[in-house]
Amino acid sequence: MNNNPYQPWLATIDDIKEEVGGERAIKTFKLVFQDKNIQNNFTYLPGQCAMVSLLGKGECFFAISSSPTKKDYIEVSVMKLGKVTSALHECELGDVVGVRGPYGNYFDVKGWQGKNLVFIGGGIGQAPLRSLINYVVDNRRNYGKLDVIYGARSSKDLSYKQEFAELEKRKDVNVHLSVDVEEDGWKKFVGFVPTNLLRVKPSPKNTIAITCGPPIMIKFVIQNLEKLGFTEDQIFTTLEMRMKCGIGKCGRCNIGNLYVCKDGPVFSYKQLKSLQGER
Amino acid sequence: MDKYVLPKDNLSKFVSEMIGKYKVFAPVNDNNVTLFKQIKNPKEINLEFTNSKVPPKNLLFCQTETLFKFTPGTKGKIHPVDFDNGGRTVFGIRPCDAKSLAILDRVFKGDFEDPYYLTKRKNTILVGLSCTQPCLNCFCTSFNDSPASPEFVDILLTDIGDKYFVEVNSDKGKQLVKTMNKLFKSATEADGKKKKEVEKKAKDIITRFQKIDGITEKLDKIFENPFWETVANKCLGCGTCTYLCPTCHCFDIQDETTMTDGGRVRIWDTCMISEYTLQASGYNPRPARMNRVRNRVYHKYNYYPKNFEVIACVGCGRCIDSCPVNIDIIDVVTRAGEVKP
Repeated sequence: MNNNPYQPWLATIDDIKEEVGGERAIKTFKLVFQDKNIQNNFTYLPGQCAMVSLLGKGECFFAISSSPTKKDYIEVSVMKLGKVTSALHECELGDVVGVRGPYGNYFDVKGWQGKNLVFIGGGIGQAPLRSLINYVVDNRRNYGKLDVIYGARSSKDLSYKQEFAELEKRKDVNVHLSVDVEEDGWKKFVGFVPTNLLRVKPSPKNTIAITCGPPIMIKFVIQNLEKLGFTEDQIFTTLEMRMKCGIGKCGRCNIGNLYVCKDGPVFSYKQLKSLQGER
Repeated sequence: MDKYVLPKDNLSKFVSEMIGKYKVFAPVNDNNVTLFKQIKNPKEINLEFTNSKVPPKNLLFCQTETLFKFTPGTKGKIHPVDFDNGGRTVFGIRPCDAKSLAILDRVFKGDFEDPYYLTKRKNTILVGLSCTQPCLNCFCTSFNDSPASPEFVDILLTDIGDKYFVEVNSDKGKQLVKTMNKLFKSATEADGKKKKEVEKKAKDIITRFQKIDGITEKLDKIFENPFWETVANKCLGCGTCTYLCPTCHCFDIQDETTMTDGGRVRIWDTCMISEYTLQASGYNPRPARMNRVRNRVYHKYNYYPKNFEVIACVGCGRCIDSCPVNIDIIDVVTRAGEVKP
């Protein structure tokens, strides 16, 4: 281990899954640390993040999208948008990236034991939720009813299709997929994610709702959760910001006096409401 | 606190001895601007300076610093850099700038210790020099600090005529004086009295005052106030205030490469430009100059006190001196205190 928080460990790309094609493509990269000790010591919880870099291109902050129940690797799901993410999308199996972390806080998976969970995701916002969902499913006995609500612009834009197909087969997980606009062959819900939430109508009783997606989606999801009777401390979200250091020093990811990288990225709606600052 | 005097005739010897042992940084004249630079000869020092144009924070938190080197590409390798473990002395640092380092320490320590800053910090002895001629826009006294305070330096020199009054404030300082004890003489009561007079005279020169009573709590109530639009209206977004601020710590990290070599480099950044928070999706949480100007004031007077129990301003006045459109932090904060919520 090194004591230099800025210096990443090297990891090899062990698998690449193309989740979504097209202009805003999404790929999930499976990363294995070159040093076995690092791999064994890289312990994290759902919601935490990592800085992933390509030497010569730069670094980006990603939610770890794999579940910590998988010990031999970590995964990050990357939407192709800027310089670093575009370069990552060019990578091939066996290529080397830098990884440092884990950073930030996490979902309260211990405190939520015995509760029903509702996951409401949109687009690439599903990445941190995927880590949590897989963790909960791998520890299924510890949790109550599970509802997974997820949507994207079109069926082509839905991530983790294979995993959702597996989840749908299970009797102990309820999956509710949606697309924004009608398309041939789509038999499930058509409409925005917040509307699907109202249709699914989860009971707030002994339930925690966790949402991540585009800011506008989160806004309406929270409104609808409140309509359904969820209180502000039953609603959680995970945020993102432009980041450089990931460790609360470079200054740019603050909302008020809190840094999303260090004090977040997971916030309760109660916390967010009391927090004054640009987001 | 141990107190001595250093006869002025011995100053050059004192500095020379330090140069023999440490990297010594001191105020020097560089194209009519005073800057802290490494010196090899005591003659290079400009003792007539008021304060340096750029604060000496750059000696610990460098404007540009290579975090590590690498062989670029998808089969690349990382090559760690060696840390400069040698002893350093900053001679002539002003009490306000010394305080700024104590403020920066809080950022660079914490859960993730920053080895680049902290290695230099640990190995640096601060030999402070009291202000006898504070500048037009100095306002350290607004924070109950003094232009002749030894609080944040290892030893403080105060010019009391034909000699310097020397206050030793730390073990590092004690050690330094001990190794050169022939140059120092014990201080008399009269010397101490003289120092107090010099300090009082310097304080009296400071005429500007910032009202900071209750400012942190007040800012909680006026975040959405149109006042911030009026403050930001004339801002050009040049960032000078942040680059010259001794407590600003924001940085960018970029990879710089040739075909075969590369380095990950940390560079001072500024929250006054829109790219600072611009996300890859095109979304920007601080899209307008108002957001950025407000963030600068809040960071120093609201967020920092909430996180670290200290206002992140030392009253050096550099941002006022160098603002091309005369935005004046004393005036802005004082007026913010008077805005009706």
